[in-house]
Amino acid sequence: MEMYSASDLKKGLKIEIDGYPWVITDFDFCKPGKGTALYRCKLKNLMTGASMDRTFRPVDKVGKPDLEEREMHFIYDEGDNCVFSDSETYDEVRIPKEILGNKAKFLVEDALCQAVFFNGNPIDITLPTWYIAVISETEPGARGDTASSNVMKPAKIENGYELMVPLFINQGDTIKIDTRTGEYAERVNKA
Amino acid sequence: MPNASTKPDSLALLSGLARAFEFRSNALSLTRDFFRSQDFIEVETPIAIRAPAAEEYIEAPQTKDGLFLRSSPELEMKRLLAAGMKRIYELSPCFRLGENGRLHRQEFTMLEWYMAGADYREMLDFTIRLIRSLAKGLNVPDEICDVFCDWEIIPVREAFRKLAGADADQCADEEALFETVLVEQVEPKLPKDRPCVLIDYPIRFGAFARPKPEDPTLAERWEIYIRGVEVANAYGELIDPVEQEKRFRKYNQKRRENGLSEYPEATEFLEAIRYGIPASSGCALGFDRIVMLLFGAKSLDEVTYPR
Repeated sequence: MEMYSASDLKKGLKIEIDGYPWVITDFDFCKPGKGTALYRCKLKNLMTGASMDRTFRPVDKVGKPDLEEREMHFIYDEGDNCVFSDSETYDEVRIPKEILGNKAKFLVEDALCQAVFFNGNPIDITLPTWYIAVISETEPGARGDTASSNVMKPAKIENGYELMVPLFINQGDTIKIDTRTGEYAERVNKA
Repeated sequence: MPNASTKPDSLALLSGLARAFEFRSNALSLTRDFFRSQDFIEVETPIAIRAPAAEEYIEAPQTKDGLFLRSSPELEMKRLLAAGMKRIYELSPCFRLGENGRLHRQEFTMLEWYMAGADYREMLDFTIRLIRSLAKGLNVPDEICDVFCDWEIIPVREAFRKLAGADADQCADEEALFETVLVEQVEPKLPKDRPCVLIDYPIRFGAFARPKPEDPTLAERWEIYIRGVEVANAYGELIDPVEQEKRFRKYNQKRRENGLSEYPEATEFLEAIRYGIPASSGCALGFDRIVMLLFGAKSLDEVTYPR
């Protein structure tokens, strides 16, 4: 594996520890008086989302992860996997739904996505930010609460995904969902 | 007239620092006033030197013609002590290769001073008075930095035992362990509401400090922390030429092992210490850091010239 020296470390750099890829989310150069330099890092696991602190010494070497970002279009859903087409090579790429999580619910045909591969396996995907959906089920909002957007109620969209929406949203309304969080963003004005 | 709408970012950055630079200018004047009032003489020793002080982990940049930019004025100032000066201070740039961070700059301003005849505890009282006089002169509000309360003084062994459940001497024997425990477990737990002093370090971490007469495994050294930031380091100075040469050899040996170049022998300094440096105490204070702390800033970026 290619290695980084401790002095290469900086915020945003991606490194490999114990077989996982991590990104440095916070970095501090330390040098207690008369002592050796220390590189204190806060790390986020790119596969599990877990965080940890790690301090490196100048003599330490850190693995450089085999990470690759590729642009892909969504083609179809085959049950356990979603199938994409690599924009450059036109190769078909299958990404398991357990990696996609809720994002599998926000894929529309031909959507342009950015996928991250670690050692050749897909670990994360970025979708177009907005997913447009029609509300298929929600209780009518209580009268008098319609002006408030802080109070939320449960709702379901046509593909079965459930989320919280403001009280003024009705069955049949079109809304925008933020695919990064899976949360309601805004109502789309009807033409 | 300059066109305000086209001001480049690099200039906007400097404009944003104008208030900090004014604060710093006042701090410089007050520092000089204080030292003058205490019968000190300001000295300017060379910045480019032939032989820097060998230390395990401090790297002085080298110029093309083989001179070094000093990492501290220590050796030259001690020569002045041997030459007969008794109370001297220097306020000027020093250089440490590869040190950059929230609290580090490769080029920084050091305030360093020596008092012949004083021990390291007297030096601590003096330094507390200096910092209080700066805070007073700069009208620093207590909520930014209260330096007028009682300072907490904790021996290093006790700090390691109480705050980290660790043995400072054992940690000191293992490469990088003392530093790791210090920054990960001890420093974060030091009081932030008052200045704090760590005192009496394992001898390995007292490069130019003399051993404590009653316990030679400890060095006469202290460090001041304000709001958790290390700001000043002092020694009861090592004046024994035999021990000094032994340490230089050891540090150079360590430097070789760590793949660093050996420094040339500090011939004139060794001549001075063999001739005789009076019993004295010296202190080095990171001037940029004290400005940062008294200004209420969290990073040197807020108070120093942009990198």
